[in-house]
Amino acid sequence: MTTAAATGSGGSLGRIGAMLLRYLYLLRSSWPRALELMYWPTLQMVIWGFMSQFLYVNSNYVFRAFGVLLAAVMLWDVLFRGQLGLSISFLEEMWARHLGHLFVTPLRPFEWVAALLSMSLVRVVIGVVPAALLAIVLYHYSIFSLGLPLIAFFVVLLAMGWALGLAICGMILRHGMGAESLAWLAVFTLSPVSAVYYPVTILPHWLQYVAWALPSTYVFEGMRAVLFQHLFRGDYLATAALLDLILLALGSSVFFLALRGARRRGALLQMGE
Amino acid sequence: MPALAIEVKNLVKRYPNAVAVDGISFTIPRGVVTALLGGNGAGKTTTLSILLGLLLPSSGSVRVLGEDMLRHRYRVLPRLNFSSPFVDLPHRLTVRQNLLIYARLYGLRDRKERIAALAADLQIGAILDRPAGRLSAGQKTRVALAKALLNDPELLLLDEPTASLDPDTGDWVRSYLEAWQARTGATILMASHNMAEVERMCSDVLMMKAGKIVDRGSPQALIDRFGRANLEEVFLHIVRKREPELEAM
Repeated sequence: MTTAAATGSGGSLGRIGAMLLRYLYLLRSSWPRALELMYWPTLQMVIWGFMSQFLYVNSNYVFRAFGVLLAAVMLWDVLFRGQLGLSISFLEEMWARHLGHLFVTPLRPFEWVAALLSMSLVRVVIGVVPAALLAIVLYHYSIFSLGLPLIAFFVVLLAMGWALGLAICGMILRHGMGAESLAWLAVFTLSPVSAVYYPVTILPHWLQYVAWALPSTYVFEGMRAVLFQHLFRGDYLATAALLDLILLALGSSVFFLALRGARRRGALLQMGE
Repeated sequence: MPALAIEVKNLVKRYPNAVAVDGISFTIPRGVVTALLGGNGAGKTTTLSILLGLLLPSSGSVRVLGEDMLRHRYRVLPRLNFSSPFVDLPHRLTVRQNLLIYARLYGLRDRKERIAALAADLQIGAILDRPAGRLSAGQKTRVALAKALLNDPELLLLDEPTASLDPDTGDWVRSYLEAWQARTGATILMASHNMAEVERMCSDVLMMKAGKIVDRGSPQALIDRFGRANLEEVFLHIVRKREPELEAM
C-alpha cells in the first residue's frame, strides 16, 4: 500500500497560504501586471490632485478642506480595487481552466475564498499606497492625516468590495465567462449613488434612499465630516458595518450557491475561456 | 482497511435533456488497475467526475476508499489524485511553482524533497523552472503525473493518460505507471480509448455504453467471450451494436 507522503498536515491555513502563494506567483510572473495595479490609482490621484489645486482657489468647497477630493478618489479605489482584486484572482482560475484540478485537492471552498480575499487586500495595498505616498510628495496632502477613522473607512470599503466581488464571481460561475465584464463594470453603477465626490444631499430625494442603503455612502459622508467638521461619526460607521455584514452574507450566499450549482451541472471541469 | 477502493450503487446523473449515467453499480477492489471503456458520450468522464467529487449525482451512492464521497469527500480527497491531459496546470506558473502549490494543498511536509524525488523519477528536473504553458505534450503529461503522484495517492484516476503522446513517450508513461502501481499497490481507474494500453495495463475492464455498464471482465475474458482477436474489436462490436442485441448476449 502507498506510504501517503505525509499528507493532511498544514490544515486550512496551509491551504489558504498555498492559494495565496499561487496568486503572488502570478503577480510576480508579469511585472506589467504589477505595474498596472499602481498605474490607475496613481493616475486618478494625479488628475484629482491638479483639479484640487485648481478648485482650491476657485471653490469654497475645496478651499475648506483641500484633501476632500483626493481622499475621496483614493478611498473609492479601495472599494473598486477590493472588488476587482478578488474578481481577477477568481478569473485567473477560470482563464486557466483550473477549477477541475483545484477541487480534487483537499481545498475547501471557504479556504479558496479566504485566499481570494487575502489577495484582494494585497492588490489594494499595492495599488493605493503608492498613490497615497505620491500625493504627499506632489500635493503635500496625506490621506493618513484622517487618523484612525481612515482605518475604519478602509475596512468598510474593502468589505463592501469583497461582498460585491463574491456576488460577481457567483454570477460568473452561474452564467459562464459571458458575465466576465461584470467584474470591471458592476461597481461603477454604485459610484454616482455613493456620494464619492459630492454630498449625498445633491442627489434627487428618491435616490438618497438608495444611497443610504450603501455602506460606501456612510464612508464618504463620514470622511467629509472628519475633514470639514473634525468630527468622527460613529453612527455612520456602525450603520455601514451592519450593511457590510448584510452584503457579505448575500455575496457569500450567491457565491457558494453558484459553486454548488456548478458541481451539479458539471461545470467545474469545463468552465473556462 | 476496506477491501474495496470504489463502491458505486445505482448511480444516476440526469441532465435536463439527457441521462449521462443511467443507474450503474460496480465495485473496484484495492490494488488493481481497471479501465473504463466506452465511446464518446458513454458516461466515462461523468462517472470519473462523480468519483472525484467534481459532479453531484442525481441519485445513488458512491463510496471511495471506504468513505461516502457525497458526505465526506474531504476525508477522501487527500488520499486520491487525478490526471488528465484535458485539464491543464496554470500556464504562467513554472512547473516548480505549480508543484509547490499542490504540495502545500496536500499538506506535504518535505515539499522540496518530494518534488526533487518526483522530478528525478519522471525526468522533469530540467524543466522545473519553465512555465507550464511552454511544455511539449510529453512534458505536460509527465508534469501532470508528478502533480498526480505528489500525495502518494491510494487511488489514482486517469483520464486518457497517454492521449496525444507519440508512441515512445506513451510507452514510457505506461511503463512508469505500471512500475509505480507495482511498487505502491495503489488502485488505478483509467478512462482510455487506447485498447492496446488497456490490454497491457488493466486486469479489469468496465464497458460503458449510453450511461450503462454493458459488460465487465479482464481484457482476455472479454476477448474470449465476444470471440474477437483483440480488445479493439470487442470495443467496436459493443459500441456499434444496438442495445437489445447487447442485452441478449
